[in-house]
Amino acid sequence: MRNKGTLRQILLITDGCSNQGEDPIAMAALAHEQGITVNVIGVLNENTAEFHRQGLKEVEDIAMSGGGISQIVYATQLSQTVKMVTQKAMTQTIKGVVNAELQQILGSKSSMDDLPPDKRGEVMEVVDEMQETMNLEVLILIDASGSMEDKMMTVQESLLDLSISLNSRIGDNEFSIYAFPGKKKEVEELLSWSSKMDSIGKIFSKITLGGITPTGPAIKEGIAVFQQKRSSKRRFLSNDADGYERESSM
Amino acid sequence: MMPMDMSASPVCNLTVGDEIRGKWNHSIYRVRRRLGYGATGAVYLVEHKNGLAALKIGHDQMSITSEVNVLKRFSKVQGKVLGPSLVEVDDWQTRKATYPFYAMEYLKGETLFDFMKGKSLDWPGILLVQLLTDLHTLHQAGWAFGDLKPDNLLVTGPPYRIRWMDVGGTTVMDRSIKEYTEFFDRGYWGKGSRKAEPSYDLFSAAMVMINMAYPARFTKRSDPDKQLQEKIASSPMLKRYAVILEKALNGKYQYAEEMRNELVVLLNAKDQNKTNQKQMTKSNNQKPATRQAQKKKKKSFLAETFLVFTFVFVVYLFYMLGQTM
Repeated sequence: MRNKGTLRQILLITDGCSNQGEDPIAMAALAHEQGITVNVIGVLNENTAEFHRQGLKEVEDIAMSGGGISQIVYATQLSQTVKMVTQKAMTQTIKGVVNAELQQILGSKSSMDDLPPDKRGEVMEVVDEMQETMNLEVLILIDASGSMEDKMMTVQESLLDLSISLNSRIGDNEFSIYAFPGKKKEVEELLSWSSKMDSIGKIFSKITLGGITPTGPAIKEGIAVFQQKRSSKRRFLSNDADGYERESSM
Repeated sequence: MMPMDMSASPVCNLTVGDEIRGKWNHSIYRVRRRLGYGATGAVYLVEHKNGLAALKIGHDQMSITSEVNVLKRFSKVQGKVLGPSLVEVDDWQTRKATYPFYAMEYLKGETLFDFMKGKSLDWPGILLVQLLTDLHTLHQAGWAFGDLKPDNLLVTGPPYRIRWMDVGGTTVMDRSIKEYTEFFDRGYWGKGSRKAEPSYDLFSAAMVMINMAYPARFTKRSDPDKQLQEKIASSPMLKRYAVILEKALNGKYQYAEEMRNELVVLLNAKDQNKTNQKQMTKSNNQKPATRQAQKKKKKSFLAETFLVFTFVFVVYLFYMLGQTM
């Protein structure tokens, strides 16, 4: 019998400031409380207007409040950034769990960094192992406001590339993609939980770009999607730490 | 973090004479010059009590520790020296922060591109043979190299030998590749997964060759297969290796040794490479050569005996004739 856990992440890809509905920073905090890490990537164009750049400050605040990682990049670097952010957030979450366990063993103030280098190496192997074998669920929220039009192709390519990387792991992966605003609702499902993203070409062609940016409602919907998924699972144990949940598989 | 953030970091801006003191082992390293920097930290040439060493220092405990784990494993790969050997691991505590670092053997050599200046076109093939030999050893030990590219390679010598400088991407077989660079990554070219397996490294090895012919590299177009084929066909250096390179790009080799052996055969086939041939296959030919020599000796021994017997018989015949007459 071996313990295997699931990491849950929301990956928000946006190019500007939210302008409708709930406060996205508050929603990110709510997600974080429920074991979901919120990562945010702000996408810039070389010719992005100054007021748009200002709006990207929100990106950092959402990620900080969601216990995740943020990065602001030009569209050309998107592919590498999507992977980097996802993997770094995984490591960060796992490191948090490992540190919590170390504190239990070694006393209140210990963390990995306080260990002598030899011991650190052994702990690192455990972290590596977990990162490789844990299950990962990523819910991708794509900003479909008008200004994203010229970046959609790049977003699509980066997500495909992300799935190549994650599907090379030993652990299972599931992806789900939502766009905001949707055709009729604030948030619209594009792809329900699936381990493959091969079909996303068709999905992207379905997106109609709207005018508003309801980032807060999108994150809130993300939390609900995770909850549905969890309750549909057979076994469910309480959270051990941020973004991490233990399930025992026999 | 992104490299652009790194260049501004204090660990990337140490100056000549700066001292790095280990918190745990109390060793002192004096900075001579910076050798390079990357996504995870900077590498310096340093002096310490036993002479020169290369020292890698960074911010992130995780990635430095991970690299140290790999270097330790390398020293356990039996018999062969693959990467630089590990000297010591420690932390450097300054007033502001603590930086993890490790010291390793300093490999003196040239980059692939510098090495190739003024060298004959035989060399890329020979370096590739050397690289494949090492890859095979590494694969046998259960690891894939991962981030194979000219920046992580070095030519030491003479005698010239390709060596691995940065082993940060080395990954346990069947896991996902830890670190890679797009141009050398088969995932980027749509030619397979990022799972650590021999064929992943062999794809990168072929791309290293292509990079040697096109130092500026190039970006993917809509039909990568055709694009790479064309690039190989239009380079005089790559053309002769086309069959082997294309097999590697298409994942046709299961082991590094297969590719190496085919490459050796190809290099041997050309007259102009005879000198190389002797060098490359010396060890393979040694045993059969001595065995052949032994056989020859046996043959000549038989002939001698036969001659002696015939001579004695003829003399005896004459003697008998003399007696009867």
